[in-house]
Amino acid sequence: MRRSRLPAAVTVAVLAFLYLPILVLVVNSFNASRFGTTWQGWSLVWYARLAAERDVWAALRVTLVVAVASTVVSLALGTTAALAIHRHATRLQRVHSLLLSVPLVMPEILMGVSLLLFFAALGVPLGVLSIVLAHVTFSLSFVAMVVLGRLQGFEESLIEAARDLGAGPWTAARRVLLPALAPGLVAGALLAFTLSVDDFVITFFVAGPGATTLPIRIYSMIKHGSPPVISALSTLLLLVTFAAVAASQRLIERER
Amino acid sequence: MTTAASRRAGEWCLTAPSLAWLVALVLLPTLVVVAIALRPADPYGGVGTGWTLDGVRALARPAYAAIAWRTAWLSFVTTALCLILATPMAYVMARAGAAWRRRLLLLVVVPFWTSLLVRIFAWKVVLHPDGAIKRALAAVHLVDPSATLLYNPGAVLLVMVYTSLPFAILPIYAAAERFDFALLEAARDLGATSSVAFRSVFVPGIGRGLAGAALLVFIPSLGSYIVPDLVGGPGGEMVGNVIAQRVFVDRDLPHASALSAALTLVVLAPIVAALALRAREETIAPPKGDPR
Repeated sequence: MRRSRLPAAVTVAVLAFLYLPILVLVVNSFNASRFGTTWQGWSLVWYARLAAERDVWAALRVTLVVAVASTVVSLALGTTAALAIHRHATRLQRVHSLLLSVPLVMPEILMGVSLLLFFAALGVPLGVLSIVLAHVTFSLSFVAMVVLGRLQGFEESLIEAARDLGAGPWTAARRVLLPALAPGLVAGALLAFTLSVDDFVITFFVAGPGATTLPIRIYSMIKHGSPPVISALSTLLLLVTFAAVAASQRLIERER
Repeated sequence: MTTAASRRAGEWCLTAPSLAWLVALVLLPTLVVVAIALRPADPYGGVGTGWTLDGVRALARPAYAAIAWRTAWLSFVTTALCLILATPMAYVMARAGAAWRRRLLLLVVVPFWTSLLVRIFAWKVVLHPDGAIKRALAAVHLVDPSATLLYNPGAVLLVMVYTSLPFAILPIYAAAERFDFALLEAARDLGATSSVAFRSVFVPGIGRGLAGAALLVFIPSLGSYIVPDLVGGPGGEMVGNVIAQRVFVDRDLPHASALSAALTLVVLAPIVAALALRAREETIAPPKGDPR
């Protein structure tokens, strides 16, 4: 029996489509040519120029501060939300999980506009605080979904068993629930961190003039800056992405 | 304290933090948008007092019809192309051996985790007026040497498909992974050609995954802002760009709110339809184990 080759051909074409632009970008970052249109030999000049861009490194710091803060808060909120939905099948939890799914489907621009207007109406100053509030709002839903997925395979009676054996509620949570949830918590934190580091649209609306994150800096570089320097920065970011994905893959494999 | 009461208290302890956060930062801001849409604009870029329908009436501007239409067709075609490209790929991934499956999944996941701005910028480099693609196309007389590949709806469509593809591949793959491929063999044993078997057995079999992928691509597409902003130009603007202009350029917040509220309603429609469909499915065939 012969199988059609078409699906395999589509797969190869899709992979080429996904990776060719990235490849062009990476090669261009090493191109001595200023406009990147003709090949003028290998060069690290754009990386040297990038290293001298102090704004980029300041933006990276803001990004990391925001990402760490929003990851910690959304991890706590998302985990309690997942526990509530998993343990209780009440009308309250139906409302809860409905509200929780809104940030998953709401287009970013709508969340950005509504948060901007809300902060303006309340007089919340735009800056690092407003960015963290916004990032927690979308990350917490993703954390809750990931942790909920992990909880679905968890035997709740194990906690009762621990309690019957004399463990207090906190000990049972720490010694039984936490180890079982750990992979979900790590995955949720990783997701929240990445979403925060990568977010542009919502951040653009709620950042105000005071706080510039890395994506906002890259955006203004795309609009006004030197293309090969952005290519160099993009290549470094790609490297970090590859390393992170490879590391998480390694983690998942060890888990099995 | 009775156990029911303590259970109730425990539920509230776990629910209150996230519920309060979501009410304060999702529900209330959405209501604020609706309220501001019904307010007059003040000349200083703020929101005036009293109530008016000016912001809502501004939605009837003739220029908006063209932009709404462009947003709709770009989102629809993006979704269609993503499903057409992702389905065969998900099929290949699901049928591959464990090692290849892992490799392919990794190749799909990397762009998914890569910065959106980096991926859009890569296309700006590729489609650059002096870039290789443009010169190759001009050399074989497919495009005029003075034509530009960027800043038009076609460029927006291309980059939207590019950025959305992983969101289509992953849910379809998740469904395909659970598909029983013996059904395809059975269809072919009964005389179906492989393309007929693919269309009439495999595609319906992964219906849930296709529907999920369609929603995950279509809804964010309707709210696209950054892709048309960077590669669209004035001829490739979508509703998201108009909202941002009303906020940042004219500082007409009631007008921006009216546009946002309208987009929210449009976005809600397919979600409500999907929920209603699923509810009906479940009343017809109560989920007893595997629905297939």
